[in-house]
Parts: sequence; C-alpha cells; structure tokens
Amino acid sequence: MIDLLLNSAPAWALTHAAPLMIMVPLMLGAILALVPSGRIAWIVSIVATLSSFLLSLILLGIVQTNGTGIVSYAIGNWAPPLGIELRVDALNAMILLLVASIGLLASIFSWPTVESEVRKEKTSLFYSAFLLCFGGLCGVAITGDAFNLFVFLEVSSISTYVLVALGAGRDRRALPAAFNYLIMGTIGATFFIIGVGFLYAATGTLNMADIAEKLPAVSGSRTVQAGFAFIVVGLGLKAAMWPLHQWLPNAYSYGPSFVSMFLSATTTKVALYALIRFLFSVFGPEFSFEIASFTYLFMPLGIAAMVACSFQAVFQNDVRRVLAYSSVAQVGYMILGLSLGTADGLSAGLFYLLNHAMIKGTLFMAVAGVVLTYKGTTIRDFAGLGRSAPWTMTAFAIAALSLIGMPLTAGFQSKLQLGYALFEHGWWWAVLLVVFSSALAVIYMGRILEAVFFQPPANPRKTRKEAPIVMLVPLWVMALANIYFGITTKLPLDLARDAAAAVFGMGAGR
Amino acid sequence: MSAMLAALNPGWLLIFVGVVAMFLPARRIRQSLAIGAPLVGILMLALADQNVNHLTASVLGLDLVLYRVDGLSFVFGLAFLIAALLNAIYAWHTDDRIQDGMALAYGGAAIAAAFCGDLMTLFVFWEITAVTSVFMVLGAGTRASYFASMRYLGMQILSGVLLLAGIAYVYHDTGDIGLQVFEDLAQPGAMLIFIAFGIKAAFPFLHNWLQDSYSKASVVGAVVLSAFTTKLAVYAFARMFPGQDSLIWIGAIMTCFPVFFAVIENDLRKVLAYSTNNQIGFMICAIGVGTPLAMNGAVAHAFADIMFKGLLFMSMGAVLYRTGTTKASELGGLFRSMPWTTLFCLVGALSISAMPLFSAFVTKSMILSAVAHAGLPIIWLMLMFASAGVLEHSGIKIPYFAFFGHDSGKRVKEAPFNMLLAMGMAAFISIAIGIPALIPGLGYEWLYNLLPYRQEAMTYQPFTFDHVLTQMQLLVLATFAFVLLKRFNIYPPEKRGEILDTDWAYRRVGFSMANWAGTVWGKVGPAMTSVFFKLSSRAYDRIEATFSPRGELARGGLTGAMAVWTAALLGLVLLLAFISVR
Repeated sequence: MIDLLLNSAPAWALTHAAPLMIMVPLMLGAILALVPSGRIAWIVSIVATLSSFLLSLILLGIVQTNGTGIVSYAIGNWAPPLGIELRVDALNAMILLLVASIGLLASIFSWPTVESEVRKEKTSLFYSAFLLCFGGLCGVAITGDAFNLFVFLEVSSISTYVLVALGAGRDRRALPAAFNYLIMGTIGATFFIIGVGFLYAATGTLNMADIAEKLPAVSGSRTVQAGFAFIVVGLGLKAAMWPLHQWLPNAYSYGPSFVSMFLSATTTKVALYALIRFLFSVFGPEFSFEIASFTYLFMPLGIAAMVACSFQAVFQNDVRRVLAYSSVAQVGYMILGLSLGTADGLSAGLFYLLNHAMIKGTLFMAVAGVVLTYKGTTIRDFAGLGRSAPWTMTAFAIAALSLIGMPLTAGFQSKLQLGYALFEHGWWWAVLLVVFSSALAVIYMGRILEAVFFQPPANPRKTRKEAPIVMLVPLWVMALANIYFGITTKLPLDLARDAAAAVFGMGAGR
Repeated sequence: MSAMLAALNPGWLLIFVGVVAMFLPARRIRQSLAIGAPLVGILMLALADQNVNHLTASVLGLDLVLYRVDGLSFVFGLAFLIAALLNAIYAWHTDDRIQDGMALAYGGAAIAAAFCGDLMTLFVFWEITAVTSVFMVLGAGTRASYFASMRYLGMQILSGVLLLAGIAYVYHDTGDIGLQVFEDLAQPGAMLIFIAFGIKAAFPFLHNWLQDSYSKASVVGAVVLSAFTTKLAVYAFARMFPGQDSLIWIGAIMTCFPVFFAVIENDLRKVLAYSTNNQIGFMICAIGVGTPLAMNGAVAHAFADIMFKGLLFMSMGAVLYRTGTTKASELGGLFRSMPWTTLFCLVGALSISAMPLFSAFVTKSMILSAVAHAGLPIIWLMLMFASAGVLEHSGIKIPYFAFFGHDSGKRVKEAPFNMLLAMGMAAFISIAIGIPALIPGLGYEWLYNLLPYRQEAMTYQPFTFDHVLTQMQLLVLATFAFVLLKRFNIYPPEKRGEILDTDWAYRRVGFSMANWAGTVWGKVGPAMTSVFFKLSSRAYDRIEATFSPRGELARGGLTGAMAVWTAALLGLVLLLAFISVR
C-alpha cells in the first residue's frame, strides 16, 4: 500500500511531504474559524486529517526506502543549523503515522458526539481548535528544532485547553479542569523552554541534531545538567509521568468525550515521544547523569505509576476517570520500558505506546458512544448496556480485555515484549510488578464489564439504542485492529524496532 | 473445485457441517448432511496428495501445519471417515439434534487431528474430541450417564492439559512444535505427552473411564465412541513413539488383564469395552516393537478394529434399542426374533476372534509374526493367551448370551432397517478385508496396499499353512474349553453384580479420604477464613484510604500540589545529576 502511494503521489507531495503534513491542518484550522457551519467544518477536518494521514504514510515509505532513513527538510531553504529543520526518521515517522491515523478515525467519528455536546455556534470553532491541536501535535513530532518544538507544543497545548473547556456545555466542571490543565501545562512548557535555554547557552545552537553533536564536549558543565533536569521535568509533566499527572484525570473526564478520546490516544504519546527524542537522540544513554536518572528516577516513577494509579483506578466510580487513571498507569509501563536504557527496552516501550493508543482510543470511543445515547458515565449508568447497545459494548469489551492483556489481543503482545525486555535486563521483579498491575487492571476493567454485561440496567426505560453508524465503524476498525495486531505483531513491532534502532544509531533494523 | 477439495482438511468439513447440523431443526436434512459430509470427506481424501503440507498457518510465531496426509494418517483418516458414515446411517432412526451434530463434529475433530502436522494443532483437535464426545455419553439422558460423562470429561481434559504441558516443555527445549518421534521418555516433555496419550488409549490403571462411559452411553453414542477416541491415541503413539520399548510391555499387559474382567462381566456393552482395551493392547504392543511389519500390523489392526468393534457395538446397540437392556442375565434366545442382527453380530464376533477369512486374522497375524520375529517369546505367549481370551469373551460370550443360551422369552422386533444396513456394511468390510485376494488388489491386499510400509506389507503372506493352523488350533481349543466349562457349570454364570476394577482405589479409598479431608476443612476452614478476612479487610481499608477519590492521594489543592511535585522532581533530577557527575 505504501509502495502504491509512493508511486502514485505527485512529485511535489514527495518533496514537500514534511511541511505539508503540518501546514494543511494549521491553515485549514485557521480558515475553519470563519466557517459558519459545523457540518462543513467536520468535512474539512476529515479532509485535513486524511491528507496528513496519506502524507504520514508517504513519509514513512520514504524513510523506510531511501537508505539513510532520514528525511530532512529545510524550511525556506535556510540550511539546518541556523534555519528551522523538519527532520523525520523511523521514530517520528511512526509517531506521525499514529497521530495521523488516530486523528483521521477520530474526526470521522466526531460529528454526532460533537453535535450533541458542544454548543451549536461553537462547533466550527471547536473543529478549528481540533485541527490546530492536531497540526501542533504533528509539528512536535516532525520538527528537528528544539525551540520550534516548544512552539508546536504550545500550539497543541493551548488549543487543547480550549477543547477541554468547550466541554462546559455538557459538564461545568470542564472549566476548572481546563484551567488547572492550563496552569500545569504552562508550568511544564516553561520548564521545557528554560531547559532549552540552558542547552542553547551551553552549545550555541537550537537544532537538535546539532545540539547532540556538540553536547559531549560540554557534558561536564552544570548548565547542561540543569538543562537536562528542566527538560525532563517539563516533558514529563506533558507526558503525565507520575506524580505530574494530576491535570490528566480531570481533563479527560470533564472534556467533551471526543476530546478525551483524541487526547488519550495522542497528546501524552507525543509528549512521550519528545521526551524519548531528548533522552535518546539529543542526550544519550552515555551521559552518566542520564543513566542515573534512568535507574533512580524513571524506573521508580514508572513503577509507582503502574501500581498507584491502577489502585486509584480501582476506586473510581466514573468510567472515564477509571480510564484516565489507567492511562497514567500505562504511561508508567512505557516509562519503565524506556528506563531500561537499551534498544530492546525502548522498542518495547514504543510498541506499548502504539498498542495503548489503539486500546485507549477504542475504549474512549465506546464511552463517547454511550455518552451520546445514554448521557451518564458512572459505572452504574453502564449497567445492562451489554443488552441495549451490544455492538458498542462488545468493542468496549474487546479493548478492555486488550488493556488487561489477554492473549490474542494487542495488549498482551505489548506486555509480552515489555516482559521480554525486562527479563533480558535482569529485572525479573519488575515483571512481577507488571503482572500485579495487570491483575489490578482485571479488577478495574472487570468492575465495568461486570456492570455492562451482568447487571440489570439501572434505568429500565433504556431501550435498545446503539451509537450511530458513523461512530460504530471507526470504533470497530480500532477494536478489530486490537485483535489483528494481537495475532500478527509484525507491522507495529517492526515500526517500534526500527524506531528504537534509529535513535540508537544502528541504522534501520531491516 | 477439485484443487480446493484436495487442499482442505476433511475433518474441518465434518466439524463445520456438524455445528451447522446442530442448529437444523429439519431431521432428514440434518441426517442427510451427516451422511453426505463423510462421503465428500472420502472424496477429498482421495484427491489429496500425500506427504505435502496442504495448509499451513503461522499464529503467535508458531508454524502450524493444518493439513498433511501421509501413509500413516491416511489409513486412520479413511477409517474414521468410514466410521463417521456408518454412524450416521446407524443414527438415521433417532431424532436428536445435539447427538447428530456432535457425533459428526467429534469424528471431524478426530480426522482433523490425524491430518495435522504439528503438536499445537493436534492439541486443539485433541480437546475438541474431548468436548464433543462427552455428548455421546450425556445423550443417554440417565443419571448414571451424567456422572459417567463428568468422569469421562475430567479424564479427557486431564489428558489435554498434560498434552499441552508436554508441548510447552518440548517447545521450550527444542523450539520445535512439529510432530516428532520421541526417543527418550526421561525427558519431562516426552513423558507428559506419553501419559496424555496413555489416558486416551486407556492404559492399565488409566482405563476405568472407558468401561464406565461406553456402557452408559446412548445406543448411538457407544458406537460413535468406540470408533474415534482410543484409535486417535493409537495413531498418536504410532506417530510419536514408534519402537518405544516400554510400550511392548504396557501393550501386552493391556491385552491380558481385561480378559478376566470381561469373562465375569454381566453387562455385554461393558464386555465390549473391556475387549476394546484388549484390542488396543495388541496395537500398542506392536507399536512398541516398532519394526515395519509391526507398524503395519498395528495400523491394519486399528483399521479392522474400527470396523468390527463398531459392528459389535452396533449389534449390542440394536439389542439395547429393542429390549432396553444389555445385561447377559436378562437376555438370551434373541436369534429367533432378531435373525439379521444375530448374523451380523456373529460376523463381528468371528472377526474379532481372528477367524481365518475374517478381518482380524490378516491383521493380527502380522502383529504376532512381528513379535515372534523380534524374539520376544513371553510377549508372544501373552498375546496368544489374550487371543484365546478374546474368543472367549467377545467371540463366544457376546453372541451366546445375547442371542442363544437360555431363552429369556423376549420376543421383539428385528432392528430398524438403517441399523441393519449400517451393520451389514460394517460386516461386509470386515469380511472383504479378511478374504484372500481372489481378484488381485481386492481382499486383504486392498488393505495392505494402504499401509505405511507398503513394500513390507505386499510381501507378507497371511494365509500360510502355519498361520492358519496355529490360529485354528487356538480357536478350536478355546471353543472346546468354553463348551467343557459350560457343560460342567464352571463357567462364570451370567449374574448381576459390580466388578471391582482398579478404580476402586480412588472410588472408595480416595473418596473416603477426600470426605475426611472435607470434614476437617469444614472445621479449620472457617477459622482461617475469618482470620484472612480480618487481615484483608484491614489491608483494603488502608488501600482505600490512600487511593480512593476521597483518599490521601486526591487530597490538597490540585494545582498547588502539582507545582510542589514539579519542584520536588526538578530538585531530584538536579541532585542526581550533581551526584553522578563529579
């Protein structure tokens, strides 16, 4: 399919794929603010995400076939160290594909839920903010310039605050949630830019590849170490690394349900990508302070997230909060994977990241379907839905089993890879903790599934009512993907391995 | 079309049609499907090339071979397909959706298992045979059959679990899940697989499920059961443990011990169940010898056994269907009212007794020759003794007590036509493969032609003077012994009663111990539970106080707490950097 795309795409699309990937959604996003009709805005957002999706496939194809494994694009023809460079290798090609495909499915599925949850005069603004957020996320993933990364991070974050706040139409608590998110997100972004400033002071450049070249010479300097600390904490906050995750549960559970679906599958993943980029490409596991932070910072925090947030998820009564806390716990697994500091660990973490985006996307999509037809989101509201909305709830159940890690689902494969990497490294006790945390996942997802399939409906007047077909199709695409990638793992696993190999500078794995 | 037929495992067809048939309310359509599917299956098998992997798949990194035919599996597959066909004809007069569908699926699973090329697929179909065959026992609908079926299911599932464990071991040790010959039983993987097969083959001390379930199954169920499960185990042994020395002794003991039980048993279907043990013993022993002649003998005997054992179970099923019992003490003199059934039963009895011109003679003589050539005199004598025993309990006792003997006074109708047809076909096959090849390529040569070691089979001569003479001496003297014993009333009379088999050990002793343990646990358990509950509820309280929405972790101003955490984390990273870089 990628070959076909590469052969049939016009030449300008091949050479300018990288900038188009972000320009199309950003431009269309700006124009959408002026469009009166929400429905047109919806169509436009599908077009924009579809174009980004195709472009991301093209970029992936070029990266896989062009030999160097890198696509470098100098914006405005200003040569890289001075000008802004867009730089795609196997790692961000994978992230771009993830963001674009989730974005595409999300925007297809969005209309019914946005229409019911967002005030009518604001729908086109909502889509405008969505496209800005989407473009910003793509920008974070594609840029090769540290300051530019900050700019795109802020573009995506600010539009995210808006998106969350628009949930006020359904739930007033969205406003304080968005405000909290704004304050904390700003703290994170500020930390990050301070860190970038330190690096600039030490190396005199903002291009990430250039920084990486110049860093070893000045690695003893306190400036670099301070820069490292600020960047790690800043991006850690954006990636919802425990204990900097507290913006996340409220933002996910009170925002519009479409937003929680899109955010859960993309924002933390992109922030995690940025963290990985800085940890492994800009800095590297050869810096002693980074090794120390792997062992004494990331590993304990990852494990704490896995255990503590799973426990918190067990006690939540709102399905979306259960999922939100579980997201933080899953970020813990990924952090644990990358804290190994090896290519195996990183590829396990990235593989986990891909699969988790798929799982959480499915779960939140199903929840959005329920919110649309039945309003409530507490576990009690979900009682008996297995009978009244079997299609939606079966997809939910598949993703829930995948989250738990049942064999023949994607979630199982990602836990398996993580377990292999941990064993390889001799951290067998961490495997036990992973299993323990999965057992907690059995409890918190089991509570929901039990209510859905085995309890009588709380409100007997609820009749048989499924989500509309526009929502069911993307939902089932994602649910079946969970099963498909649980049986044959070649595609995502190759992506993750190539990505890990790329940042470890070993060339593409194939 | 024919290419597709040739590349698809016929077992799958049967399973699929069986599942569909289960939901078909129209009785005749369902039964026509059940007859048609094995016919199509035989066609598919005839079209399929041998020694080619027709269908492969890769799941979870395991390379599965879903359809592969070779000389060994061909014979078993063909026999299973014929048996499925006969069973379907035999079941024509019944109207039981579950039984029709499950019987077909059960046969299909056995066929699919015989034609798979790796351990994992074998395991899957192994389990499907277990689950589907339970319905054959349950189908009788009596309380006794319910308990027997649960015991049966337990044993079959145990076999499956052991098999899976063995496969896991083997995979771990060799990284290969292809079907392979295991030489060394000391390896835990091989041992586990050996025991798993042993349960299905009803090895001594693992055999009690067989007598219990076959005799309590429904009329059709017992016929279906007799064809597949144990023969599948024989196939598996022939595939993976040929020439395994311990099998020689296990097989020889298997042939001998059921003789005693069978002679005194009153329930004629149970007698047949014991004689199943005995016949399997011949095959297992031959597999243990492992020479080409012995392997040919084992495979050929399995083929013949599926036919004549099916025939005997069918005739007893017909008796049960018409009179409502198979107890020897309540039967007798039925030859007047069921002449055809009597005739077919006699054909079956002569076949199982290895009378020359009947099927077992040409197959069993291969086994006996192989044992003799291998220089195992004690084993040979044991097998001879068992052969005499077979004649005693299956060849004479079954027809004598059911159809002749003292007249029970029962005057019933002849068995339904479909039963007679099925019996007639089985009887025809039993005779056809037993007679000399008057026309080249037919008679016993037809069967020999199919055997895995074709070269050896075609040079073997069953109808030599000494073979016939030895066998006739054996048969005549054994018959003479029966007549004498009967004349002087020493032969164990047909009496009601329960025979204590080895399962007494766990049925009585084991049960009492479990009972006692249960009583003790009833006292100790509650005390422990209350302690455990106290501890766990305290732990739960602590966890909830920490993690729940109103717990410790959720307390405090959200933004303020986060800012503090951010600062603390920054401090931590700085400190780490400070310490690690000196």
